[in-house]
Amino acid sequence: MKIVMDTGNRIAAKAVQMARPEVIAAYPITPQTVVVEQLAKYVQSGELDAEYICVESEHSAMAASVGASAAGVRVFTATSSQGLLLMHEMLHWAALARLPIVMVNVNRAIAPGWNIWADETDSVSQRDTGWIQFYCSSNQEIFNTIIQAFKLAESREIQLPVMVNYDAFILSHTSMPVEVPEQKDIDEFLPKFKPFWKLDTENPVTHGNMLSQEDHMGMRYDMHLAQENAKRLIPQIAKEWKDKFGSYQGELIEEYRCEDAEFIITAMGAIGAEAKVSVDELRGEGYKVGLARVRVLRPFPEEEIQRIAKGKTLLVIDRNISVGSGGGVFTEVKSALYGFCDSPVYGFVAGLGGKDVTYEDIEDMVRRVMDKKAKQTEWWDLKEIGGS
Amino acid sequence: MAIKDLPREEILLSGSAACPGCPASLALRIVLKALGKKTILVIPACCTSIIQGLYPKTCFNVPVLNMAFEASASAASGISAAMKRLGKDNTNVVAWAGDGGTYDIGIQSLSGALERLTNFIYICYNNEMYSNTGIQRSGATPYGAWTTTTWMGKKEHKKDFLEIVRAHHIPYLAAASPSYPQDLFKKVQRAKSIKGPKYIEILAPCPAGWRFPMDKTVELGRLAVETGAWVLYECENDVLTFNARSKLILEGKVEPKPIEDYLKVQGRFRHLFKPNKDEKCISEIERYLRVVWNRYRKQVGEQHKGN
Amino acid sequence: MKYETKTTISYPMVGAMGKTGTWRDFRPELDKSKCVKCLICWVYCPEGAIKREEDDSVSIDYEYCKGCGICANECPRKAIVMEREGK
Repeated sequence: MKIVMDTGNRIAAKAVQMARPEVIAAYPITPQTVVVEQLAKYVQSGELDAEYICVESEHSAMAASVGASAAGVRVFTATSSQGLLLMHEMLHWAALARLPIVMVNVNRAIAPGWNIWADETDSVSQRDTGWIQFYCSSNQEIFNTIIQAFKLAESREIQLPVMVNYDAFILSHTSMPVEVPEQKDIDEFLPKFKPFWKLDTENPVTHGNMLSQEDHMGMRYDMHLAQENAKRLIPQIAKEWKDKFGSYQGELIEEYRCEDAEFIITAMGAIGAEAKVSVDELRGEGYKVGLARVRVLRPFPEEEIQRIAKGKTLLVIDRNISVGSGGGVFTEVKSALYGFCDSPVYGFVAGLGGKDVTYEDIEDMVRRVMDKKAKQTEWWDLKEIGGS
Repeated sequence: MAIKDLPREEILLSGSAACPGCPASLALRIVLKALGKKTILVIPACCTSIIQGLYPKTCFNVPVLNMAFEASASAASGISAAMKRLGKDNTNVVAWAGDGGTYDIGIQSLSGALERLTNFIYICYNNEMYSNTGIQRSGATPYGAWTTTTWMGKKEHKKDFLEIVRAHHIPYLAAASPSYPQDLFKKVQRAKSIKGPKYIEILAPCPAGWRFPMDKTVELGRLAVETGAWVLYECENDVLTFNARSKLILEGKVEPKPIEDYLKVQGRFRHLFKPNKDEKCISEIERYLRVVWNRYRKQVGEQHKGN
Repeated sequence: MKYETKTTISYPMVGAMGKTGTWRDFRPELDKSKCVKCLICWVYCPEGAIKREEDDSVSIDYEYCKGCGICANECPRKAIVMEREGK
């Protein structure tokens, strides 16, 4: 075990290198570019024994990943915002084909209006694709989650692709200390990939030809069951990691000072990390505040939310929006609680387009809720925009 | 090579969903005989996606990855990379795509795969339209042809796609036809023996889309070559070689048959003859053919000069 | 070997779309006395429904022949004639 001080992107690349993928197909896009550059370096210097395909678009990156994974090897790719959207069709393809592809997505705002800063609308808007989705709050978590993602994706009860998300610049370009285990220990934790189906001239099969109505529905149901299995396997794998390597960032949700809390902040990613500081500050002033940091958006941790919310007030902060409805976590939390308990839920939309959300902002949001001044949904710190 | 020398084994199994007289089915049957069973096919959205049949059955006796319309070459890149990793790079990785998925929506993915020197064979079976969705025009539809999106006949010439592929300077490309089965067979075998990206385009005269009787598929494919509307050639390491009738036409040893002979037996060109003959359109078709063949002669001529 | 994963995996077999011989309006009738075993019909059948025997003689697989008539059109000896199905 050694301590490495590096940016989220370079830590992600290190985790991938240690996970030993055999094919990487990637395309650059700010602020993910460093991931693919670092991986190219690893491959071309011999530190990673893999085929690296410099594809000509993100759609092709995922198509090549699907091809390679279907041929029976471990595969990795990375992207962000526009690139993620461009490969949307292929995200569905990978999931319906039940291929254990792991992808890093750096959460960046969507254009037009070029904005390269932190915003989760890109991946949150892909939550219907069938991919399992993690949201990381620290570089250590990025490292751990990527390796755990391969193990999860490749397990018999799952066989679904996994997306590991982290915020643009706040995590991707910020250095933090990370404990990096020995390669042999990683190899023990994550053995060689054994595909459950593959393109093999010794056993020819056709994948993806015409499918009838009932059969399609049956395939979808099996994917749904696999996502349900993930609710059990994610904590199991996180515990295995903790036992072997010591570090632990929670399972489906990281609960911080929730036990006797009256108000619980529910957030993902960088805002989730920042909220810990707000919790400590408010606790220091005597308020009973906690944080439920959602690590996994798909499968949505309904049962955990129901358990955590009982008898409390929830304050959801979304760094993403589905216009015409609401923030993704907010709408899913409300949906999970409906008919279960009548805990009040407030939804804040904050930090879109990379607008800074500090621990003081979060404290103010909590105070508004505590003082009964908050509306059910609020857009935080909105600026009037232009027109002449 | 005699017809009897073609392998007996059927890799394309009977009982597919192909229309009777389907040129794509015929071409693929011959191609698979040339490739053998150590082959992985990538098939994007096209007629062949349906020809395979309904889950859980299929009629191709090799591994097949169906793929989204625009991505066959990229998926093939991924499979090719995986085969290298698995020590199986003597497996033929073959993309089998229609003209829509090659000339139009698939051009980016193909161009990238060629430029990256992907070790695979890309075969475009060209029926000069989007046939699977019901006969809409594509970038491969010839000037004057009726389709359901060019009711008065297409007003643009088709892309000179073989030239586009040639501009990538890949080790091998060829134009072929199932009406010349031994020629097609040999071209596939040549491609298979070379490492790197290879491209073969096969003209597929479709009875349903071109509007001609289904027993005339092979005959029409021959007529296409005999009139110069289609060409049989190969280009290996940038050196062009014309084959069979195309060679004779190129060298002026045989006159190409009049293009009208080709046009008037296809319903998709019916409006050029009935109710009135559209001399202007037919002249334009003839003019363009002359331009293409003069260019071929120039290119081959320059080769002989050692340029 | 069958895979367990519940994704669209299909297995190769003859007759994937059923007995496509039922599609026919016309059926090819082969007059073996005229056949010279040139195998032109065999090579041009899009369905592979013309069976090539050990001695290179041919027979038509009526279970799958779709009746397109390419074989009759291409036979240099006119040994194959298309007859109305059901006659």
